[in-house]
Amino acid sequence: MPDPLTQRVLSCIAATQRISPEKVTIDSSFQELGIDSMDGINILFALENEFDITIPDEQAKQIRSIREMVEGIQKLVAEKSPAKAQGQ
Amino acid sequence: MRRVAITGIGVISALGKNACEFWSALEQGRSGIAPLETVDRSKLRFQNGAEVHGYNPIDHFEEKHADFIDRFAQFGVIAAREAIRDSGLDPSSLDNESTTIITGSCVGGQCSEDQGFVELYQKDRGRVHPLTIARTMANAGASHISMEFGITGPAYTISTACSSSNHAIGQAYWTVRNGGAEVAITGGSEAVFSMGFLKAWEAMRVISPDTCRPFSKDRTGMILGEGGAMLVLEPLDRALARGARIHAEIVGFGMSADAGHITQPSVEGAERAIRSALRDGGVPPEQVGYINAHGTATQLNDPTETAAIRAVFEKHADRLAISSTKSMHGHALGAAGALEAVATILALRKGVLPPTAGFRQADPDCDLDIIPNESRRADVEFAVSNSFAFGGLNAVLAFRRHA
Repeated sequence: MPDPLTQRVLSCIAATQRISPEKVTIDSSFQELGIDSMDGINILFALENEFDITIPDEQAKQIRSIREMVEGIQKLVAEKSPAKAQGQ
Repeated sequence: MRRVAITGIGVISALGKNACEFWSALEQGRSGIAPLETVDRSKLRFQNGAEVHGYNPIDHFEEKHADFIDRFAQFGVIAAREAIRDSGLDPSSLDNESTTIITGSCVGGQCSEDQGFVELYQKDRGRVHPLTIARTMANAGASHISMEFGITGPAYTISTACSSSNHAIGQAYWTVRNGGAEVAITGGSEAVFSMGFLKAWEAMRVISPDTCRPFSKDRTGMILGEGGAMLVLEPLDRALARGARIHAEIVGFGMSADAGHITQPSVEGAERAIRSALRDGGVPPEQVGYINAHGTATQLNDPTETAAIRAVFEKHADRLAISSTKSMHGHALGAAGALEAVATILALRKGVLPPTAGFRQADPDCDLDIIPNESRRADVEFAVSNSFAFGGLNAVLAFRRHA
């Protein structure tokens, strides 16, 4: 089972893509989930709302995989509040 | 079919309040992009835009009249006044049914709408100004031009996002060519700088935090612009008969739909629109010397447009000069095609090709001659101006120098 923060990111991706949550894993590729560039931007928006963070454009551009997305969110959440980075 | 001349041009943009100032900036490669002054920049991730600097409505309209017209429609009227004056036509000769007005606008008077919604949702006032509807409607520009000049012929507005004014000019061209009107006032206008609209662009992550660097490897996205540009079109024979000064001829118009993605551009869609414009005007591709590119400086547009130009022009693509003047006047959405039509027409007439400003680094995926940073003397016979819109609706115009 992924940690709670990862789980929240994966759920958020599934909800935005309108696909069932079990299809989305940390190792899924954007391609196999049918995520194009506009979908990616929608997902970033959903994640910003979910975690109440701001994802800078520069950082957003670096994201090439779901793993990188999770890691990026972890970092931003940790910067915002260290306790929440544990997913509590 | 009649040949169609451009006898009048008018422009208001970040590069100045008339066509002369507009051209002077383009020729010098001087950009009008600067930190935004009409909105609170502290609420935005990007800071720069191409605003009409020092614009005051009451310099152009009676106060009471200005209250009735959104900024976007004001730009349309100001550009139309200049274009009509420039054409040398007696304004009183236009008050009839044989003059048509076709304008383009992407978002109409959304600044007025935004203001109304601030009252409603933010200030909780419970009422919105009664002129909000009349100011917001996208056809307000065409309506105010018709009212000011008493023009009673066919008048309407086309809204196809960033292609709006190319579609408008193309329709006006065909109308005059086919005898549907003796004079056309056509172009587009846009006013994009409201907080609500800017936040929507911010969310799309396509606006540069810096400036607009089309075709440059280090490009970081587009820069929004505002303004208006209008042309006066007439049958060439009639223009010659009255001894009018002819800026250029408009010779071809082509359209296509990508039928692909709502925001991602398509090489094939762009290619079909360019081919269609050349075919419409019987323009031999190898005689095209300049293309005013759509050139938004987004990651996706520039290589896609390069590929489309290569597909259409094949080997001749290496002998063509191309520039994106959005690097100077910004991306004025529904007015973009009209601003760029004026740039293209003046390039043909003056024998000077405006540059792509802000260029720093060659991109192998955009390997065309993009006239980096400095304008260039060149006598060109035919020129093309591209507009490719979100929604995949493309419109391309072809122009010819008038000897």
